[in-house]
Amino acid sequence: MSEPAVSTSNSGPANRPPEGDVPVTLITGTRKGIGRYLAEQFVAKGHQVVGCSRQAPDWSAPNYLHICCDVSDEPAVLQLFATIRQRFGRLDHLINNAGIASMNHCLLTPVDTVRRVLDTNVVGSFLFCREAARLMQRRNYGRIVNFSTVATPLKLEGEAIYAASKAAIVSLTEVLARELAPFGITVNAVGPTPIETDLIRSVPKDKMERLIARQAIPRYGTFEDVLNVIEFFLSPRSGFVTGQNVYLGGV
Amino acid sequence: MNQQEALQVVLDALGEFNQIHRRDQPVPPAPDTRLFGPGGHLDSLNLVRFVFLVEENLQRRTGKSVALTDERAMSQRHSPFISVTTLADYIVKICAPNSPNS
Ligand SMILES: NC(=O)c1ccc[n+]([C@@H]2O[C@H](COP(=O)([O-])OP(=O)(O)OC[C@H]3O[C@@H](n4cnc5c(N)ncnc54)[C@H](OP(=O)(O)O)[C@@H]3O)[C@@H](O)[C@H]2O)c1
Repeated sequence: MSEPAVSTSNSGPANRPPEGDVPVTLITGTRKGIGRYLAEQFVAKGHQVVGCSRQAPDWSAPNYLHICCDVSDEPAVLQLFATIRQRFGRLDHLINNAGIASMNHCLLTPVDTVRRVLDTNVVGSFLFCREAARLMQRRNYGRIVNFSTVATPLKLEGEAIYAASKAAIVSLTEVLARELAPFGITVNAVGPTPIETDLIRSVPKDKMERLIARQAIPRYGTFEDVLNVIEFFLSPRSGFVTGQNVYLGGV
Repeated sequence: MNQQEALQVVLDALGEFNQIHRRDQPVPPAPDTRLFGPGGHLDSLNLVRFVFLVEENLQRRTGKSVALTDERAMSQRHSPFISVTTLADYIVKICAPNSPNS
């Protein structure tokens, strides 16, 4: 049989979330770094936030539910979504933040590292997009934000697999935007510049500085810079914005 | 899962589909209702919506996640999605104890 191609006739993502209680926002990788900051910000904005990471966080907040889960472990991911469905019955926003990097010359990169990076960054993001969309489409409304990086367009040496995994995320974002538009769901990506978190701790300082010098605005990024773009994508008014990837710092 | 149970899974999912997506023009919930292809009630987009309601229903009943649109479904000589009955038949087949899916 021929594969059921998705029809393109639709009125596109909705500009208004359906009436209801507080928005439910799922953020991956919230134990630390950017993910933790985002979780705290969206809690402060009155969202019900669900977060996940492999290890338990050393912090908590009201209206924040943490579920320990490896984003690339399908049964665990299905269980996480079953919990969201049971507890909250809906999902408005997904922020696919969990990600890992591995700094190494390609000649010295073991294939296990390659698999780990691809599993977390690509397979994990895909699984969360799929399951989130399954929940979101019931209300014909949803916002998904994925994470890319400036390491891809800047062709950062030593980060071949990381940069390639994030190139896949840009492509995933563009195609899912089309597949999910008929379900009222937008899919976009944000590409941060280097931000001082554990993720970049192993990258030599001079390498980082040379990378930053290639940005239009040569400074480290901040958590606020990332939040700003995400808030724009999540806005109910951004229903006509989908399939976009915004690099920070003018890259 | 026997034919009768599989048929019920499909019909329940169709009921749910009508509730969510087709309140104005429900798809007739009957064994001979044509789903996809010539004379079918579903376009490709609605087929996606419907198939995953069937998968969810199957998972609730069996406790296992079942993929109805994997390579095996796509390589069938006759599409399992032609009618309510063909889909129920396909579900029986892939839920059989010796099937790689079960
Ligand atoms: N920092 C930067 O310079 C920068 C630049 C561009 C893009 N980004 C992107 O921004 C995102 C966040 O980065 P960050 O700097 O905040 O990194 P980070 O400080 O290293 O934090 C990563 C978070 O993801 C979680 N995580 C990692 N692997 C996971 C898995 N398999 N399953 C579930 N959770 C997992 C970690 O918790 P556990 O260890 O407990 O699992 C942690 O909470 C990533 O997608 C990254 O690629 C960062």
